[in-house]
Amino acid sequence: MFLTYLRRELRRRSRQAFVIALGLAVGIGLAISVNAASNGAKAAQASVLQSLYGVGTDITVTQTAVRGTGGTQGFGITGQSQTATGTKTTTATQDRATVEPGTGTIATTTLDKIKTASGVSGAVGSLSLSDFKVSGTLTQSFKETQTQSPGSGSGGFPGGGGSGGTQRSFSAGPPSGNFDFNSTTIQGVDVSDSSMGPLSTLSLSSGRTLANADASAAVALVNSSYATQNTIKVGATETLGGTKFTVVGIVTTSSTEDYFIPLAEAQKISSETGKVTTVYVKAASSTEIDAVAAEIQKDASGATVSTSADLANMVSGSLASTASLLNSLGKWFAIGVLLAAFLVAVLFTLSAVGRRTRELGTLKALGWTSRRVVRQVIGESVVTGLFGGALGIGLGFLGAYAIGKAAPALSASSSTSSASNANGGGFPGGGSFPTGSAPGGATGGTGGSGFAGARNAARGSSDITVHLTAPVHLNILLIAVGLAVLGGLIAGAAGGWRASSLRPADALAKVS
Amino acid sequence: MYEISGLTKIYDGKGKNEKVHALQGVDVVIPDNDMLAIQGPTGHGKSTLLQLLGGLDRPTGGSLKFDGQEMAKMGEMSLTKLRAQNFGYIFQGFNLIPTLTAQENVETALVPLGVSKVERRERAAKALTDVGLGERLGHLQTELSGGQQQRVAIARALVKEPKVILADEPTGNLDEETRDDIFGLLEKLWADLGLTVIMVTHDSALSKRVPRLAQIKNGKLTIKRESKTANAA
Ligand SMILES: Nc1ncnc2c1ncn2[C@@H]1O[C@H](COP(=O)(O)OP(=O)(O)O)[C@@H](O)[C@H]1O
Ligand SMILES: [Mg+2]
Repeated sequence: MFLTYLRRELRRRSRQAFVIALGLAVGIGLAISVNAASNGAKAAQASVLQSLYGVGTDITVTQTAVRGTGGTQGFGITGQSQTATGTKTTTATQDRATVEPGTGTIATTTLDKIKTASGVSGAVGSLSLSDFKVSGTLTQSFKETQTQSPGSGSGGFPGGGGSGGTQRSFSAGPPSGNFDFNSTTIQGVDVSDSSMGPLSTLSLSSGRTLANADASAAVALVNSSYATQNTIKVGATETLGGTKFTVVGIVTTSSTEDYFIPLAEAQKISSETGKVTTVYVKAASSTEIDAVAAEIQKDASGATVSTSADLANMVSGSLASTASLLNSLGKWFAIGVLLAAFLVAVLFTLSAVGRRTRELGTLKALGWTSRRVVRQVIGESVVTGLFGGALGIGLGFLGAYAIGKAAPALSASSSTSSASNANGGGFPGGGSFPTGSAPGGATGGTGGSGFAGARNAARGSSDITVHLTAPVHLNILLIAVGLAVLGGLIAGAAGGWRASSLRPADALAKVS
Repeated sequence: MYEISGLTKIYDGKGKNEKVHALQGVDVVIPDNDMLAIQGPTGHGKSTLLQLLGGLDRPTGGSLKFDGQEMAKMGEMSLTKLRAQNFGYIFQGFNLIPTLTAQENVETALVPLGVSKVERRERAAKALTDVGLGERLGHLQTELSGGQQQRVAIARALVKEPKVILADEPTGNLDEETRDDIFGLLEKLWADLGLTVIMVTHDSALSKRVPRLAQIKNGKLTIKRESKTANAA
């Protein structure tokens, strides 16, 4: 009788039941679509993160530079003493690999501590270096100037002021030269573990990758985009920080580093023995990331400990804004529609019960218990809700499909590949070129501004284009069914409450 | 049987402190197998009394005993059970469930008794056959005439084999011919099944055929005629 009566009643007010179900369906469909799109955005973000930080990196540890570090980079192109007028030509080649300014280092002892911290399943360190090469010739003309002491020399070159005091002074004319500045980036990677960290983001396009045996070998992998640009092939010899490296492989990666060399080699060429710039940590359990991060923060005081969630926040661009839009607006919109649908369901159910006062009163007069009558009303409502849920799942899949079809490609840019260098500063101040200090005291000007900064900033952000997918996960379907039943139960409870308050004598109510 | 004394029912009126004294001390004994017709002007408490007798509502005061049980003091569950087992209620407006067929409507009376589906269907079919609707089991209310609808309602009241049939103007919504049919049916069932039938009716022609006649005026009941013919018919 329960099911027969339920079916007949729903068929009688099928239009009203359909409106209730449709309301729930729209809410549920929206929730599914938003969730699917959000899943897609999350997956896209995860893939962006993975390409930037390596497979399964849960936490990164970086050290912000102490103020002033990295600011002094002198290039020792030393001129000869000036004793005569004329033109002087200096030929120089300089190749230095240093930790990028603004980046601090972490001792490997700290890395070892992190490795053994509880909840950490693995950790690798990397050392990001900036290699600055300058080579070329500098031509400068010198004039002898007669100056009386104490005279202030007039330097033709900015900053170059001849200091008087001697009979003979030389002032340097503007240097003209043919200098080749070349700045590349190098990352020293832990070759003992290719399963995580920077090494895991690389995919080999030719040659071989770095292995355990390369730990102290002067071998390098070259980023394919850099290799193409500079026509570097496997087997080539590249000078990094003054040391010759053999290129053993070309790799494609979304990493912005140009060269990947064994960590120990990177430490050697930069004289950063026992130092790394970034530690990549994999947590034993994804639910413990925050706790592990806190633990690591204790071991590495002063360091910046970023969880994958923090890292995700650093990924900007349309992907990030889409993700946050979905998480805020989309979620609340879906919740709002669901609440409205619940309200509609409640009001309609109440009115339906109101119109059945006589009918339900009659059943009570026949000896039906309140409970049985309430169960009937809730049953109708829950079935309506389930119908809405089924419809909503259909709408949800349709919505998710539409999002997957219609979504434009989204771009993501991470501000930097080494988390702490987010402010993208260049070389502060540049190097100084002391071009000569003659007995007469002619001092050359200071050259070089932060030219590397521009390039560095440019390389600091990498744009990755991803296509947004909208996968519907099983758990949201279960939640959808739950929401449908919940909507039905809420409406049914309201109707049931009203039905239970009916008296059997209401059976004598006037026919409406 | 019913033993009723000093039975009162006060409703809350429309106004704030307004009270409607629908029953103002009814004393009556209704023995088993009685057939009692209640007459009286509109709004004087006939339906109220019938509702109290059927356990559809509770008295405000006095005593209302059915088979020795005080109905005024019964809990909701016991009262519901009493309704399900002992009282068959027939309404002026038939009160069929519009979405259910004749047979299903009759079955609803057996649902609270925990009768199995198969037995329910059988007994409902038999009850409908007994009231002359054996051919209309699958019909909905809208496919039945007023008289047929009331027959379904009578079958629904009878199918549980109750002790008492309570009928509130059962023929009030029917034309004269149908009225005689329905009344004849009630008379026959009363005679055949040994039920107690308590019936409110405006129809003086019908009340003349009833063994025992009472009248309610201003919430008070008086017996107008004692059973002469008794259950001889
Ligand atoms: N549920 C109720 N609430 C308030 N007053 C009621 C209610 N039911 C009946 N009454 C009042 O009680 C009195 C008796 O009503 P009723 O028993 O229906 O009379 P009858 O059936 O004799 O026409 C009337 O004045 C009626 O208005
Ligand atoms: Mg009445």
